[in-house]
Amino acid sequence: MEGSIFQYDFIVKGLLGAVFASITAGIIGTYIVTRKMVFLSGGITHASFGGIGIGYYAGINPVAGAAVFGILSALGIEYLSIHHRIREDSAIGIMWAFGMAVGIIFIYLTPGYSPNLMSYLFGSILTVTTADIVALGIMSLILCIYFGAFYRTILYTSFDESFARTYSAYVDIFKYITTSLVALTIVLNIRMAGVILVLSLLTIPPNIAMLFTRRYSNIIFFSVLSGFTGTAAGYFISYFAGIPVGATIIFTLVIIWILVKVIIVTVKYFK
Amino acid sequence: MESLSASYGTNIVLEDVNFRVSEGDFIGVIGPNGGGKTTLLKIILGLIKPVSGEIIFNPDLSGSCAIGYLPQISTGDLSYPVSVTDVILSGMMIRKRIITRMSKEDRKKAAGIIEEMGLSGMGRSSLSELSGGQLQRVFLGRAIIGDPKLLLLDEPGNFVDSTFENDFYEKLKELNKRMAILMVSHDIGMISAHVRSYACVNRKLNYHPSSEISNEQLLAYGCPIQLITHGTVPHTVLKQHN
Repeated sequence: MEGSIFQYDFIVKGLLGAVFASITAGIIGTYIVTRKMVFLSGGITHASFGGIGIGYYAGINPVAGAAVFGILSALGIEYLSIHHRIREDSAIGIMWAFGMAVGIIFIYLTPGYSPNLMSYLFGSILTVTTADIVALGIMSLILCIYFGAFYRTILYTSFDESFARTYSAYVDIFKYITTSLVALTIVLNIRMAGVILVLSLLTIPPNIAMLFTRRYSNIIFFSVLSGFTGTAAGYFISYFAGIPVGATIIFTLVIIWILVKVIIVTVKYFK
Repeated sequence: MESLSASYGTNIVLEDVNFRVSEGDFIGVIGPNGGGKTTLLKIILGLIKPVSGEIIFNPDLSGSCAIGYLPQISTGDLSYPVSVTDVILSGMMIRKRIITRMSKEDRKKAAGIIEEMGLSGMGRSSLSELSGGQLQRVFLGRAIIGDPKLLLLDEPGNFVDSTFENDFYEKLKELNKRMAILMVSHDIGMISAHVRSYACVNRKLNYHPSSEISNEQLLAYGCPIQLITHGTVPHTVLKQHN
């Protein structure tokens, strides 16, 4: 009996996690891929590891620490590049390494054994809590409302920022808000895929979608769909095969990308 | 615009500029590189605050005195997943600062602009499928969808191929019936056939109400300027100063 309850809990958690991870990663992934800010997102991801380390050391929730670190580094990079204080790619490179360094120093300073460290680097089902799922669910809701209400403003300001800036004083505010949402989405998805692999969870689905559609809203839709397929499949395969979940998800997503590509090439060949 | 000055740091770019644009004007803004032509446009657009002086809009037009703008080069990412219709609709930002939903009216208007720009059937195309001339007409469409009273063009000759040039100026002539046009160009040979008057900018601004420039007027700029006259045979003479 206990086994079946555990099984039920495991399936619900897996499916809900996959739904929310794919919604958040699909929307934000489309934004960062089309705006060509994948490298920036990589910087945010690794910078947030500093927050995880400090969270461990101070005994607070590492995800909260990561969120603070992620948002601050994201806003810092955007601010510096808007005001041309430093080259953006240099700023990202510095934040990237600095966050990892801070994270490692504080985890080393934390007394005792840190069993969850690997789960933060590569993701793990066992450490995904109900609170994590709830947080991802809330994030999905926020993103759907925000992108639903301001779809066109987001689309136009990211297509031609300088034109939008000519007419609207709100361009920078939108940029800061959206960048903060990028950071939050990344941090929450670290629980699923881990620091090292989470970026692919955001970037592979939009690239699968862009193989066959060029419409922004379609890219989001198919990103969520392919993201869900990859995440759910990866989650269950990893459980039964006993391999790390993050790696399994990414592996599955790349296989989907290859399959779609092959199908498209074949269809074109026989047309 | 009254006794307006602008500077970048201590470097004065425009000095004591007095200038008036009225309905139906088609003004060519000419002058040497670095003479302040683009700065003039940026001031009109409100991107740069003047050091002194002010811009006065006709109060009768306030509310509808939006300014359309065709930038010097396309700043948009051409591989971005937006359709022609999307780009033209984005010109509604001239009126609404934050765009939420598009009304049916807006869409109808965009369809009309697509027709007017000779882009029928391309509403759903992505930008990477278009030629240079088509792209420019998309961005011109974006500049005028908000029904501006004043249209600013920054070096429109720069990114159009010559086959579309005549086409493009024909379009401008039609638009001129609905809005005043201020066109920046260093290639006065090309624009001389189209504009009705000139504003010469080289730190100071001199306005010439006709499309002819006299010898004396040229002397005011202290720089080599092409001289154009309209006669029975149009001819161009290069004048050298000092």
